[in-house]
Amino acid sequence: MFGKLTTGDIVQDPLTLIVVIGMIGGAIAVVAGLTYFKKWGYLWREWLTSVDHKKIGIMYIVFSLVMLLRGFADGIMMRTQQAMAIGESQGFMDAHHFDQIFSAHGTIMIIFVAMPFLFGLMNLVIPQQIGARDVAFPLLNNISLWLTTAGGALMMISLALGEFSNTGWTGLAPLFGLEYNPYVGVDYWMWSFQLAGIGSTLGGVNFIVTILKMRAPGMKLMKMPIFTWTSFTANVLVVLTFPVITIALLMLTMDRYLGMHFFTNDLGGNMMQWNNLFWMWGHPEVYIVVLPSFGVFSEVVAAFSKKRIFGYTSLVYATGVIMFLSALVWLHHFYTMANNPSVNVFFSITTMAIAIPTGVKIFNWLFTMYKGKISFATPMYWTMGFLVLFVLGGMTGVLLSIPPADFMVHNSAFLVAHFHNTLIPGALFGYLAGFSYWFPKAMGFRLNEKWGKLSFWGWAVGFVLAFMPLYATGFMGMPRRLAHLNNPDWTPYMYIALVGACIIGLGIFAMLVQLFLSVKDRKKNMDVTGDSWGYGRTLEWHTSSPPADYNFAIIPTVKEIDDFNRMKEEGIAFKQPEKYFPIVMPKNRPHGAIIGVLTIVFGFAMVWHIWWLAIVSFVGIIGTVVAIGFDDDSEYVIPAEEVKRIEDERFAKIREAMAQKTNNE
Amino acid sequence: MLKKSSLISLVRGVGLIALTFFLSGCEKFIVFNSKGPIGQKEAQLIIIAFVLMLIVVIPVFIMVFLFAWKYRASNKELDYKPEWVDSKKVEMVVWSIPIAIILVLGTLSWIYTHKLDPYKPLKHDLPALQVQVISTDWNWIFIYPEENIATINELIIQADRPVSFKLTSSTVMTSMFIPQLGHQMYAMAGMQTQLNLLAEEPGIYQGLNIEYSGTGYHTMHFKAIAKTADEFNAWLAEAKQSPDVLNRAKYDEISGQRIMNYPITTYSSVEPNLFLDVMAPYMEWMGHVGVHPEDYLESQGHSGHGHHHHAAPDMNHDSHSDHDMTHEDHSGHDMHTMDTDTLNINK
Ligand code: HEM
Ligand SMILES: [Cu+2]
Repeated sequence: MFGKLTTGDIVQDPLTLIVVIGMIGGAIAVVAGLTYFKKWGYLWREWLTSVDHKKIGIMYIVFSLVMLLRGFADGIMMRTQQAMAIGESQGFMDAHHFDQIFSAHGTIMIIFVAMPFLFGLMNLVIPQQIGARDVAFPLLNNISLWLTTAGGALMMISLALGEFSNTGWTGLAPLFGLEYNPYVGVDYWMWSFQLAGIGSTLGGVNFIVTILKMRAPGMKLMKMPIFTWTSFTANVLVVLTFPVITIALLMLTMDRYLGMHFFTNDLGGNMMQWNNLFWMWGHPEVYIVVLPSFGVFSEVVAAFSKKRIFGYTSLVYATGVIMFLSALVWLHHFYTMANNPSVNVFFSITTMAIAIPTGVKIFNWLFTMYKGKISFATPMYWTMGFLVLFVLGGMTGVLLSIPPADFMVHNSAFLVAHFHNTLIPGALFGYLAGFSYWFPKAMGFRLNEKWGKLSFWGWAVGFVLAFMPLYATGFMGMPRRLAHLNNPDWTPYMYIALVGACIIGLGIFAMLVQLFLSVKDRKKNMDVTGDSWGYGRTLEWHTSSPPADYNFAIIPTVKEIDDFNRMKEEGIAFKQPEKYFPIVMPKNRPHGAIIGVLTIVFGFAMVWHIWWLAIVSFVGIIGTVVAIGFDDDSEYVIPAEEVKRIEDERFAKIREAMAQKTNNE
Repeated sequence: MLKKSSLISLVRGVGLIALTFFLSGCEKFIVFNSKGPIGQKEAQLIIIAFVLMLIVVIPVFIMVFLFAWKYRASNKELDYKPEWVDSKKVEMVVWSIPIAIILVLGTLSWIYTHKLDPYKPLKHDLPALQVQVISTDWNWIFIYPEENIATINELIIQADRPVSFKLTSSTVMTSMFIPQLGHQMYAMAGMQTQLNLLAEEPGIYQGLNIEYSGTGYHTMHFKAIAKTADEFNAWLAEAKQSPDVLNRAKYDEISGQRIMNYPITTYSSVEPNLFLDVMAPYMEWMGHVGVHPEDYLESQGHSGHGHHHHAAPDMNHDSHSDHDMTHEDHSGHDMHTMDTDTLNINK
């Protein structure tokens, strides 16, 4: 009836138990609150089944921030363990527990923080940047969101029932095979990764079509905002490479469920093939997470320097070159696998070559600031922090790309420092810059600047203290993924790193305070015009904040690269159109939510070998997909009068605000 | 708000701590305190590459702070030129400098990667010491085939004489690394990889597994002890007196159960061809792709052949007990059509 699952699988470890009880308590509180305030209907109609790209974007980001808290908790536990466990002391957890934590942390940060955050930002911004009313496939968009959250939910369940994988976010052949890992940990990792990955592939398809097909008239490819460009290249990589990991995980599934031998030691299995397949996806993946972030920096640096981005064309080409090269470098993750030196050199040079367009981008950002008029708002803080810190990560990356140098630091603490040095300033700072930059657009009110800046300082200073010491211990021969240290020379550095992680914690705390205060004071910080910062250059600032369901009452006709800036210069940005037309919009539909819930059930049933439930839920998923095909009732029309009513209201507010402004001056 | 003076003393304090760390810890940065020619060249390379990259990195640092300061909106004499968004000259410079640096670094990488190929035997007057390495869950076995002795969890080598390692794993993937001597190399079941190192001075160097391999991974460190020629010979003679022998049963005992920190032991003799037998059960399947054990045996300094295909019992593979049968059926035939390339993976 319950497959492998017995009461003995409920987690025993007291620490985890407390966390689980806390989580269940929180969930009960939320359910009770929703019931008490009778908000279930609202939640279901307006959010869970929503096909509005803006709401989907917000849900992605909320999910990502929640997972960031979990990932951070894992991080600080590892830092504590490595500071404590030296010599006789075993620290506060055993090795098996530690191994699950680094695996969970890596998987969470990449799959459930970075991916949803960037899809969240793309959802929020891209349709507006290209002058569209939604994405190409709105329901598919909702399904992508649900698949990603289903993966995350499955991952969280592993805390309470069974265990998580110990084979890292990368998986490790043949360690993750049945022979060495018969219990459910690897299955949890495999299914949560797989489900979220399918969600990402669908999201990638959606955004490619959206960007190619739904741009406003006049927006040639070379007039697209840079964020749209970098997201486009990221999505091309998603569609090219996610299928690789999907298939590789499917092969592992066959190994583990059907006794096949793709990645085992014996019977013809080939562990080296896993490394190839994983990194054929894994390396492009790091560019998938970093390219949209580069896009955010480009938007922010242009807006706050009040100047168009320097060298637009070369920036676009640099992005294209990065996209292309990033698919040709995967082998640098295993130079030490006894490859022929000529093979290693090939991948070494392709890897280094990526530094060229990346360097160009950095100079483009710098020269955008040059002769600008820079305002240092929170998004600009993140951007400056990125410029300073990311350069270090890039430098150590080029070092790692030289095979003989890599032979000395591969899989050491140095590597841990390197990839956090690219992922935190490179990817995460970008998302947080985008978060603070577009927050007023999404919510209609501005964030508290003081606490936003404090949060930045927490992250930046904490990052330096938490990860620079690891460069040092890497040179002292300290390996990564180490549950217990045997060399006392490393310990002082582990203390500094722990302090750094705590300061990052303060940064996160400041972010929560910022959100709380901003919501509390929202009436004082309303964004009336839609051009929240006053420096907006691209079309997303042309809509109201938050945008109407249809974004643009009249689709704009684009003439220049920063077209909204042109409109402002020509004085037509805030002119109300004379006439409105009816607008056709997609309808909210429940299919995504149904598929999402069934997917969680399916994943859970597969993990525990509850075959009947797996079959039922799988048939349910297929049935729901078929039902979509029969459901023609997918659109509704907003009549012209309704559009006019909404827009009249908006422009009345704008006029009022402008009158007030002139009065004050 | 922090007072300025307290800020300064804070900076000073942090600086002082950093400095003491650096000075007291110089020789602790073992990657830069290399005792072998391989490691020294690798450390050199890291430093060269680092300095080269500073050519880009330093200007970037300067420009970030300079531009941020000069073009701040509150600057009274602001030279604001929003139309300055393209410049062929600047573009030329920002593309060509990184290209030039990468050309130099790429060339360096090309040269050093070939020069420091871990498979390349080191030139030296003395013949290399042969060591076969088997990683188990979670211990290191070192076999000295020419001396017919073995050790576990401690590696004894002769200073100023090259060591030629052949590595395999009885279980999952591992990576053997002795940072002060030079590069690491993966060890994989059913395959042999190679690594050539040399210790210039006698000493005790830390060795470890640097590829995560399961719960006991963190215990997989060992001492690599380089002895002078005399000491080394004395050690060999002593090893021959050891009461322990590494026969098949002993090996199965060590590798069959997952144990950590197996006590350091020296073995006065080793089951013939143990190293090959460890690989054999996995290699059989490569027979169909082609492996040539004879070449392979020669390279090991063995002239005899045929031993290894008395297939090793499946240590961890109880489920395939019919496996020996198929093996005997094919061995006579397949094993001779094999080709070294597969075995030495890509070599
Ligand atoms: C918030 C502060 C963070 C802290 C304190 C932290 C800490 C750590 C620690 C201690 C490890 C294990 C290192 C080892 O193997 O020795 C680790 C691994 C990792 N971290 Fe973080 N991290 C943080 C943020 C992030 C972020 C933002 C990302 C990605 C966006 C990330 C991605 C990873 C990955 C991919 C691994 C490798 C996991 C594996 O070994 O499989 N981390 N982190
Ligand atoms: Cu990579």
